[in-house]
Amino acid sequence: MPLFEVFVRSKRGLDHRHVGSLHAEDAQQALEYARDVYTRRSEGVSIWVVRSSDIVASQESDSASFYDPQDDKPYRHATFYRVPDDVNL
Amino acid sequence: MSPDGESNDLFAYAVALADDALIHGQRLAEWVSRAPTLEEELAIANVALDHIGRARMFYARALEVAQDGRTEDDLAYRRDADEFANLTIFELPRGDFAVAVARQFLTDAFNVPFLEALAASRDAGLAAIGEKALKESTYHLRRSRDWVLRLGDGTDESRRRMQSAIDALWGHCAELFEPFAAEQRLIARGVAVDRAALEKPWRGTIDATLADATLHVPTTQPSPYRGRLGRHTGYLEPLLADMQVLQRTYPGQQW
Repeated sequence: MPLFEVFVRSKRGLDHRHVGSLHAEDAQQALEYARDVYTRRSEGVSIWVVRSSDIVASQESDSASFYDPQDDKPYRHATFYRVPDDVNL
Repeated sequence: MSPDGESNDLFAYAVALADDALIHGQRLAEWVSRAPTLEEELAIANVALDHIGRARMFYARALEVAQDGRTEDDLAYRRDADEFANLTIFELPRGDFAVAVARQFLTDAFNVPFLEALAASRDAGLAAIGEKALKESTYHLRRSRDWVLRLGDGTDESRRRMQSAIDALWGHCAELFEPFAAEQRLIARGVAVDRAALEKPWRGTIDATLADATLHVPTTQPSPYRGRLGRHTGYLEPLLADMQVLQRTYPGQQW
């Protein structure tokens, strides 16, 4: 059976969060299993399931070219701005 | 009718509905550690717990009426097979996975309209249980119907097993639509659901689903057993022996 990744939104207004994976015959069954496996303690108000094989993931071996070049470009970070007192971060 | 007669009827009715839910829950619980996949095991266990929770609510309502000092445990664990009023479809052996699906589907398709009607009962306690349980059963039916379609319209093997499971249980479905004496008096008072009237909508659901699943409606004759009247199959006693062993061995034990 194919593997599915499960995303659950815990409250209205929040984002869906990856909670785990499960095996199912198809997307419809995956959705029902996700309900039974991942929301039985009222964890969610919305569920997404997606075939794991449909996820394109960056590779560990790419991290040098993907992420290292960002490390020496501090001007891209918003740290040079003064945050007004009224803004809560 | 005397108030006593009324409360005796209500007690018997609530206990009968509780027994249905308890015995079904117990059969479903047997799937824990035996289900085909981990995901399915959790799903079945959820359904089993829904039924056991439902049994507790019905027992609690019965005991509110009786006020005789008995507890839910007394009703669940200290009665013998001939005192149980569950319909026999729930006590039949666990069987293969197709049997679990068939039992679930045939009774979910009944429970949905039944609980819908129970939610309108003139007894506020029963109405509240009906409303809560209806949401659960609506989901159960979605799941069991889905499995009937998968197995029926699946491989030759799954289709053969699904059909023989439906065939095996079919003769026990007549009981779903037969009210017992106390129930009949409660129907007249708007407390109990007129279950005989549910046969037609039930058949509608069954016929449509079996057709979609490339299965046929069996022509099996009704079984001679009548669980409501205490006329059980031989399968109930071993189930109770298993379920009641702790309270029978250590009476009154709590944890």
